[in-house]
Amino acid sequence: MSKYSNMTFMGYRRENGRVGVRNHVIILPVDDISNAAVEAVANNVKGTLALPHAYGRLQFGEDLELHFRTMIGTGANPNVHSVVVIGIEPGWTKRIADGIRETGKEVAEFSIEQKGDFETIRAASWAAKDFVHKATEVQREECSIKELWVSTKCGESDTTTGLGSCPTVGNMYDKLLPEGITGFFGETSEITGAEHICQQRAINDEVGERWYKMWKAYQDDVIFAHQTVDLSDSQPTKGNIEGGLTTIEEKALGNLEKIGRTSQYIDILEPAEQPKSGDGLYFMDSSSAAAECVTLMAAGGAVVHTFPTGQGNVVGNPIVPVIKITANPRTVRTMSEHVDVDVSGILRREMTIDQAGDELIDMIRRTANGRHTAAEALGHREFSMTKLYRSA
Amino acid sequence: MSNIPHLLVHEHDDNVGVVVVEGLTAGTEMFCCVTHDNSTFTLKAEEDVPIGHKIALQDFSTGDTAIKYGEDIGKIIADIPKGHHVHTHNCKTKRW
Repeated sequence: MSKYSNMTFMGYRRENGRVGVRNHVIILPVDDISNAAVEAVANNVKGTLALPHAYGRLQFGEDLELHFRTMIGTGANPNVHSVVVIGIEPGWTKRIADGIRETGKEVAEFSIEQKGDFETIRAASWAAKDFVHKATEVQREECSIKELWVSTKCGESDTTTGLGSCPTVGNMYDKLLPEGITGFFGETSEITGAEHICQQRAINDEVGERWYKMWKAYQDDVIFAHQTVDLSDSQPTKGNIEGGLTTIEEKALGNLEKIGRTSQYIDILEPAEQPKSGDGLYFMDSSSAAAECVTLMAAGGAVVHTFPTGQGNVVGNPIVPVIKITANPRTVRTMSEHVDVDVSGILRREMTIDQAGDELIDMIRRTANGRHTAAEALGHREFSMTKLYRSA
Repeated sequence: MSNIPHLLVHEHDDNVGVVVVEGLTAGTEMFCCVTHDNSTFTLKAEEDVPIGHKIALQDFSTGDTAIKYGEDIGKIIADIPKGHHVHTHNCKTKRW
C-alpha cells in the first residue's frame, strides 16, 4: 500500500463501467458539411457541446478507419454522457452512432439528405434537449484512483520541460501506474533521437520490437517520403528553438522524461485505438501536434490529460480537461492564466521532482472532481482530426 | 540549496548546461548545479544568454559531440569556447 492507494475522486460511472470526470452532451458531425446543423443544434440547446471538424467525406482505407475510430472513440469517451450524431447521409451516420451505442450510452442519429438542415436541426434539437435533462440529473459517485485513464503529451517544449515539467508527469506515472491507472503517451516523430531508450522501456522484447517497427515505419513512410530539405524547420519547432532546444535528439530526450524512471509500456496502440490489454501504460502512434494528439488520446478513452509546456502552449480539448504544467518562470510570469501547476521551483532547486509529482497528482484529483482547468476556463476546445493522406 | 542556480546540468557526463534565469549577462559568475546529485560548481558566462538556452561547459572544436542527459544530442559545427552560447548556429542534429 502506498499513500496513493486509497485515493478516490468523484466521477460519473457509465453503462459500460468506465468512469468519466465530465458529463458532456455532444453534438457530433459525421462530416464537414454537417457542421452548420450541429452548431445550430448546440445553439438551440444550452448545455450541449458541438464538435465541428474539417473531414469525413471521400476518405478511404486506413484513413477512413481512423476517421471512424476517432468519431466513435470521442462519443464513447466516459466524459461524454450522450451523443447526437448528424451526417449528410444515413450510412456512415449509422455506423458511427452504432459504434458509440456499444458503450450502452444513449445516441440519437440524424441525416440531412431528403430533409434539409431545418428539419434535421428541429428533430436533433428535441433529442439534444432530452439528453441534457437526463445528463443534468446524473450524480457523481466516489471512485478509486485506479479507474482514471490519464494521457500525456507536451507542447511548445523547451529545455525547462526536460528539467521540470516532463519529469513531473513521469513522477506521477511512476506513482500512479502501480496503483492500476491506465496511461497514454505517444508523439511518434518526437521520440526520434531517444528511440533506443524508448524501445528499452517496453515491458518485454516483443513489445519493444513492435514499438521500434512502428517508429521506423513512420520514419520511412512519412518523413523520408515527404521531406524536402530536412525536418529542421518542423522538429524542433520555431517555438522550441526560441526556448533553447537545438536538435530533435535534445527535444526527444526531454519528451521521454514524461514516462518517469520506472514506468514501462505494456502495449502499442494505433491512433485513437482504445486499450485492450488491461491497466498500465500504452504508447499511442500519434502526431506530435498538440490538438491532434490530445484528440486521438481522448478518442482512445483518456479522461484527464497532463500537458507539460515550456514556452506556453495554450491547447485544450472539448471533452477532456487538459492540465498545464510548466517549469519555465518566464512562462509563469507572462502566461499565468494558462498554467494549472507551476513547478518552476524545480529550476530554483526549491522543489523536488517528488514534490512536483505530488502537486500534479493533487491537481489531477481536483480536476477529476470537477475543478475546471485553465484551458476549460479559457474556452480552449481544440478538436483536430488526424488525416493520413489525401481524400479520393 | 541556499543559492538559486543560474545554470542546470542534467548529468556529470554532459558538456552543456541550461540557463534557468532570465536576463543572464556576460561576465556573470554562474552558480551551477548538476541535477543528478545536486553537486555544484561555478562557471563564468562569456555571453548574454537567454533563459532556456545552453552554455558550453568546455571548449568545443568543430566535429565534437554535444552531450546532454548523458546522451548525444548533435554535432558541433563551429568552434565554441567554454562559457559561450550553444545553439542552432553552432550545433546541429546528426540525423536530418
